[in-house]
Amino acid sequence: MASTVGVIFSSINDENVPELTRVRSMGSVPYGGRYRLIDFALSNMVNSGITTVGVITKQNYQSLMDHLGTGKDWDLARKEGGLILLPPYSDESETLYKGRLEALKGATSFLKKCKQDYVVLSDSDSVYKLDYSKVIKYHEEKNADLTLVYHEHEVSKSHYYVTFETDESGRINDLCINPVTSGVKKNYINVMVARTSFLLNLIQDAIQHGYTSFGRDILVPGVKNMKLYGYKLEGYYANIDSLEAYFNANLDLLSKDIRQEIFGDRDVYTKVNDSAPAKFTDTAAVKNSLISDGCLIEGTVENCILFRGVKIGKGAVVKNCILMTDNYVGHDCNLAYVVSDKNTIIRDNRVLAGCEIKPYFIGKGALI
Amino acid sequence: MLRKKECVAMLLAGGQGSRLYALTSNIAKPAVSFGAKYRIIDFPLSNCINSGIDTVGVLTQYQPLVLNEYVGNGQPWDLDRTFGGVHILSPYEAKKSTSWYKGTANAIYQNIRFMKMYDPDYVLILSGDHIYKMDYDKMLKAHKDAGAACTIACMEVPMKEASRFGILNTNPDGSIYEFEEKPKQPKSNLASMGIYIFSADKLFKYLELDEEDPNSENDFGKNVLPAMLNAGEKMFSYRFEGYWKDVGTISSLLEANMDLLGVAPNFDLDDQDHVIHSRSPLSPPAYVEGEVVNSIVANGCEIEGKIVNSVIGTNCVVEEGAVVCDSVLMGNITVKKGASISYSIIDEEVTICENAVIGAVKEEAAKVESKTAGITVLGRGITVKEGGKVAAGEIVDKDV
Repeated sequence: MASTVGVIFSSINDENVPELTRVRSMGSVPYGGRYRLIDFALSNMVNSGITTVGVITKQNYQSLMDHLGTGKDWDLARKEGGLILLPPYSDESETLYKGRLEALKGATSFLKKCKQDYVVLSDSDSVYKLDYSKVIKYHEEKNADLTLVYHEHEVSKSHYYVTFETDESGRINDLCINPVTSGVKKNYINVMVARTSFLLNLIQDAIQHGYTSFGRDILVPGVKNMKLYGYKLEGYYANIDSLEAYFNANLDLLSKDIRQEIFGDRDVYTKVNDSAPAKFTDTAAVKNSLISDGCLIEGTVENCILFRGVKIGKGAVVKNCILMTDNYVGHDCNLAYVVSDKNTIIRDNRVLAGCEIKPYFIGKGALI
Repeated sequence: MLRKKECVAMLLAGGQGSRLYALTSNIAKPAVSFGAKYRIIDFPLSNCINSGIDTVGVLTQYQPLVLNEYVGNGQPWDLDRTFGGVHILSPYEAKKSTSWYKGTANAIYQNIRFMKMYDPDYVLILSGDHIYKMDYDKMLKAHKDAGAACTIACMEVPMKEASRFGILNTNPDGSIYEFEEKPKQPKSNLASMGIYIFSADKLFKYLELDEEDPNSENDFGKNVLPAMLNAGEKMFSYRFEGYWKDVGTISSLLEANMDLLGVAPNFDLDDQDHVIHSRSPLSPPAYVEGEVVNSIVANGCEIEGKIVNSVIGTNCVVEEGAVVCDSVLMGNITVKKGASISYSIIDEEVTICENAVIGAVKEEAAKVESKTAGITVLGRGITVKEGGKVAAGEIVDKDV
């Protein structure tokens, strides 16, 4: 594939899931038993042959850095390129960036140094599989200025969303920000392809004109004065734009077809941890659940995602729950529709329940 | 600055492990899977790094491909170092003579130059076929405190099994006055674990002497250790208390896997004070829908059948209606609908088709007279056809 550099926004849309991003950035939100959300954006890039990835951070990125390390688990610890963290850069007069465009301004020196012809921009709040080399081929064929990837689904309810229409050739002829509409639309998934030089010119122009919003100041007028094309993402797509969406996107992995699609014919890279294999005792009863390394199951577990090192005590009944790393559930507890962040201790005999549309959330390190 | 390492470990990983039959047809014994996600070599390598030893030579000879690939640059064990780290040492061609590793001592002798690169004060000799957690640093301290030329780790074994081991006869202070390799009439039950610490100069001296002796079998237990003792060198025993198992036979391999099960297992893999590192595969968590009781299951599995008292390795699929009891499934194994497996060890990449029956119920199988004490063994990569049967105690290394 044409030489390409990746740029990941690890901290955009954090406000959508304040419960989970209070202690971390969106990219390092745990997902699916052993992953962080950024693993999907990174793995898509690595599996597309991209070997240079800049990760733009904002705040609370300690857990993200801890996760990414040198990038070796993604084969991105390299002499040439590899994983490059791009922490916020500002001089005294400026504050932390607010939007994508300001974040990109901080990354211009990185992009200028890159010799790659193309750049892929991606958020890290979604789970999907996409081969970027196909998007770039499409971009070249259409001779596009910007190619925006979309997925067709019910319009989302996030704080910020973009939908667009395309003509028969795939060219975008209308683009709306937060439209008051409903039904299945072409939703922009915040994945974009451009020539590196073109993007750098856009950023330079934006700085000169004092633009601040990529959507309002570049994409909306771009429908008329640039060649914007839409590329359709087929298959599974989950956007984590609320706690409910987080809950459902995790439980989606209990579907064999979705597991097969996301994990089947390629690796999803993540930080490797040497936990012992999961252990089930004489009293364990597990149905329809994902159980990670390091788990010890002595109770009943149904329709759950258990992250690494979760311990379920004897007589405990845990149903429809997402329990993150090193949760401890005491004996004879009864949990339903609970999302529990890392390192939580739930003492013996506790009864906790939420419901499908409103899972009960337990913060990191809580003792209940 | 003079660059040196106080202690260099040499791991003997070249043995064929013929008593594991089909399991070692194509791979060296240290590369055999163990405990769902590990390979045997993970244990000595993890012990090294957990004991502060960061320079390890791995001596390979028999079928080294999987082992070399697995060890790689040593990164999973933090053994990728700019100075030191893990090194695969295979037999090599030399100007004067070219030879395979003839015995354990000869293998180490052929790599004297490797050890000397690090100018070590001590050399730790390890075997690649034992399951245990041990702090070698404590043993090294005992070696230094005793001012020994050689210290041999040992543990008490049941008297009736003593004749299978190298037996140490010791004075009350722990010094060794006699070493007997697999004696018919053992005088004590203190067995050598095949773990030695030598003061480096002594090791080099006796290896060279041993090499000059045309009658020597170039074996540590049979030749080098007795020669040192006869020459009056100070040799000490170091008592190890804890779990240790030689997994050189089918029955000991199954037993050691079973020792991992339960809330308070004989051997605990989930020990935060002594993490066993491994080249962990990138599989998603295990999906469990069926009945899993008293077992361990690695990542990447899809379990819809029934698993009882078993160890299930990475990426195994057990379909609805299939039953696995008292068995070890090593990795990438598919067990199709209605198949049943009892009291068996199944090597990697095996497919067992619908309604096949492998082995027999443990109680009955254990009575069967066979090389494997009734345990059924399926070799790497084979397929058992629909409705196929493999009797208890059989060893199969081609499709049936």
